[in-house]
Order: sequence, then C-alpha cells, then structure tokens
Amino acid sequence: MSEKKKMAIIVHSGTLDKLYPVFMLASAGGAMDVDAHLFFTFWGLDALKKGGLDSAKLPGVMRVGTGMMKGRIKDANVPTLPALLDMCNELGNIKIYACSTTMELMKVKEEELIPEVDDIVGAAAFLDIAMDADVQLFI
Amino acid sequence: MDESIMSERHKIKETLDCKGLYCPMPIVKMKKALKGMAEGEAVRILATDSGSKRDFEAFCNKTGNNLLEASEEDGVFTYVVEKVGA
Repeated sequence: MSEKKKMAIIVHSGTLDKLYPVFMLASAGGAMDVDAHLFFTFWGLDALKKGGLDSAKLPGVMRVGTGMMKGRIKDANVPTLPALLDMCNELGNIKIYACSTTMELMKVKEEELIPEVDDIVGAAAFLDIAMDADVQLFI
Repeated sequence: MDESIMSERHKIKETLDCKGLYCPMPIVKMKKALKGMAEGEAVRILATDSGSKRDFEAFCNKTGNNLLEASEEDGVFTYVVEKVGA
C-alpha cells in the first residue's frame, strides 16, 4: 500500500456552492485513506456555527435560487451538507479547525460552534499541518 | 463464471446498491463496508454514476485494495473490491 497521504483545505467561503466541493472532496479523500484537514476561516467560519451548514445560501444575487438548488441536490440523491459532515465524522480521518483570529474578528464564541470542530487554531498551526500535505486547496 | 463459484472465490460479503448515487457516495459507502470486513473478503457495488469507473480505479490504486471486477451492462456498472490489509 502506498504511504499515507494528506490533504489541506482552507475553507474561506460559507456559501452553499463552495461548501459542497469542500465536503465532497474531504469525504472522497477520507474514504481513500487520505487524512483531510479543513481550516475554516473568515466567511467559512459561518459554516461551523450551529445551524450554519443548514442555512448556507448561494452567493450574492444567486441567493434567491438557493431553494431551487437544494431541490436539485435532493432530486439527485446528493446528501445535505449536515449529512456530508456526518459522513466525514464517521470516516474518522477528517479534521475540522476553526480559525482563532476569525473567531475574534466575527465575535464568535466557542460554544456557538458545532461539536464536530476538532480544534481552534491560528494560521501558523494550520500551515504547520498543511506544509507537507499532498493536496492543498483554497476554496 | 457461475455466481456461486465467483462468490466463493472472491468471498463477496455484501452487495451495495449505489444506483442513482453520485460521487463521492459510492466510494464512501464502499469504504464503510470494507471497514467491517476481513482481509480477502470482498464487496460488490452496483452504480450508475458515469465517473465511477475512474473513481473505483483511483480508490484501489491509492488504498491498495484489489479491484477484481469492473464491468458495465445496460448503464449499470458492477465493481468487486477485495480488501487488502487490516
């Protein structure tokens, strides 16, 4: 078997269109024995607030089409974002980090975050994890 | 090859119906099934996602599990994956 691979994703956006690829890539990677590390920063942090994944919308003017998009997602048997998060949790090799600076900036308290958050870290700590990752993405 | 001989030979423990499911669901479901299996046991997956062939090849290539079968009939793909390692 090939040696353990690692992926690092900076999640910068909390909108539906960006969060889907994040969780799909993370769960696919996790299934392939790739350790996935997700760093939620700036607007990405909204996704880690309680109810955040459920209420994520399409960006900007496309926001009004969110319901239709969710309908299509459902029709295609694609899981909801909370269900994808559960899948990631079950796989067990996907780590979720909240950006400590963003928490200060956006006045978000630890108790407002979902329990799936593994750690609250700064940029340096995440870069230490991401530095030797095989896949590095900014979404 | 006769179905029972095939099952015996590859020790297919479970068949997952992933028809109508898209990436990454078939891969994630297969991974879950493999987790509960012993080395040498296999899982059969039925899928309709057109990208699944490359996905299953990539999965096996990266994880070291064996892709024993990858076939297609009337738009339904059948994969048999044997677990390698713990």
